[in-house]
Amino acid sequence: MTKKIKNLNLNFGPQHPAAHGVLRLILELDGEVVEKADPHIGLLHRGTEKLIENKTYMQAVPYFDRLDYVAPMNQEHAFALATEKILEIDVPIRAQYIRVIFCEIGRILSHILNVTTQAMDVGALTPTLWGFEEREKLMGFYERVSGSRLHANYFRAGGVHQDLPQGLEEDIAEFCETFPKIINDLESLLTENRIFKQRNVDIGIVTKQDALDYSFSGVMIRGSGVPWDLRKSQPYDCYKQLDFKIPVGKNGDCYDRYLCRIEEMKESVSIIKQCLSKMEKGPIKSLDGKISPPPKKEIKQSMEALIHHFKLFTEGYRVPKDEIYTAVEAPKGEFGVYLISDGSNKPYKCKIRAPGFSHLQSMDYLIKGHMLADVPAVLGSLDIVFGEVDR
Amino acid sequence: MQNLIDLEKKINSELTTKINRTEIKHNQIYLETDKDDFIDVVLFLKTNNDTKFRQLIDITVTDYPEKKQRFEVVYLFLSHEFNQRLILKYTITENEIIPSITSIFPGANWMEREVFDMYGVSFKDHPDLRRILTDYGFEGHPLRKDFPLTGHTEVRYSEDQKKVINEPVKLEQNYRNFDYESPWEGTKYIKEELDNNDKKN
Repeated sequence: MTKKIKNLNLNFGPQHPAAHGVLRLILELDGEVVEKADPHIGLLHRGTEKLIENKTYMQAVPYFDRLDYVAPMNQEHAFALATEKILEIDVPIRAQYIRVIFCEIGRILSHILNVTTQAMDVGALTPTLWGFEEREKLMGFYERVSGSRLHANYFRAGGVHQDLPQGLEEDIAEFCETFPKIINDLESLLTENRIFKQRNVDIGIVTKQDALDYSFSGVMIRGSGVPWDLRKSQPYDCYKQLDFKIPVGKNGDCYDRYLCRIEEMKESVSIIKQCLSKMEKGPIKSLDGKISPPPKKEIKQSMEALIHHFKLFTEGYRVPKDEIYTAVEAPKGEFGVYLISDGSNKPYKCKIRAPGFSHLQSMDYLIKGHMLADVPAVLGSLDIVFGEVDR
Repeated sequence: MQNLIDLEKKINSELTTKINRTEIKHNQIYLETDKDDFIDVVLFLKTNNDTKFRQLIDITVTDYPEKKQRFEVVYLFLSHEFNQRLILKYTITENEIIPSITSIFPGANWMEREVFDMYGVSFKDHPDLRRILTDYGFEGHPLRKDFPLTGHTEVRYSEDQKKVINEPVKLEQNYRNFDYESPWEGTKYIKEELDNNDKKN
């Protein structure tokens, strides 16, 4: 007698601790083997692009914090660079260093979260506890410089909002001394850990060709052995003057991507150190009064400054008619902004290119033939944050 | 090719009539083509040894409701080998169906779904053209310029019906779009006046 066997359809999420947010993954299972995965996204869609079209350029910045909310300033950076290029303004060197420092802090924030939660998805709890202690310190730096721990709204076209408060440089320098030890601790827990390796080595392999075909970027493409990093290949701000290495994987599996992230954190610490040693006193935003608001002190004395302040915070600045695509190397990959301006004070269109969107799309191809238990491991190494995938 | 100007020449000489306009700005190359030539252009850009635009970065559409050719479809490409970015565009009317490039770039799948969802542009030969970002059963295309910022429906949990329901949007106060733009153009007129005075003297 033959018995007909039907594949099982399983809903993974949208409320699942390993789904890293609101992902609904419809899995078709043959026993424990995944035959097909169909991610349903959009549960966190807020219409960011539509909202930006209705706000002035300065009001649009906070929306970028809310995309990839574990590394907010990296996104602001892309938007600031895009507007700067259209406006053709120069950024003072101190502002460039400050921006790079906070982008690298964002990178560490994101990588700690990813590495430790990936470890938690495959059964290790301790790395999360150790890693989050460090994230707390980093978010403290965010708070001291911008007033908020997550949604910083700190970068502006032409520089940053305000200078570093007193003592922050020393504290960041001190963090750079202690943090490498924490990375080593994390590594001693994970890198040679038998369970961690069993769950990650040879899982979710991406070949070089597929990484290109599926529009991968960031760690996803570097893990597969393509040495591509926008900070090196298309340097923006002061990355050209800094000396850092690009870690590249060999096998393109989850384990290699983990190793890349660990190495990138070490490089980020070295970048921050270099910035701190090279940084000098100076202006922190463009001196063009038509774009950067004047300091508070001047408003009390100068009529011109008062008018500028009023005009900038009601009308905002106008951006000449143009279009541009600008990308930065965000922790998760290439984060880009395709900006079309029409000469008014609001963007005509602002398309956001989120790296996670392309990565999640390949879920079906990555997970086909793997076991159900590998789904969280692959999902973890993709480094998905739904703020940016759903926009 | 490493050099943008050489690249522009190469593309113009190889594709001749298929390219309507080329431009280099912001260190990127902008191409304009037609819907019918589009697939040929993409295949050339991907396979030719002097271009090698092997990665599709994004697909999007710009909406110009006042124009007859309402939508401008935009493709962003990247060449890792030559470290170049290329922006390829063509315009279509509102109800035109455009070719899908999922067979050339598998990564285009979701990008085209997003364009379909947000702008209502349909793709021919797309393997799975469904809405992607909006809710199940959503109506309209949010990123079109004629779609209101507040949307048409709002969602809430109904205590009577014991389920989540959609209702027409009711706002206590309408969305107010203040027009702050002033005709004041800054101090340019002073400069012009001075220039004129210089000329007179």
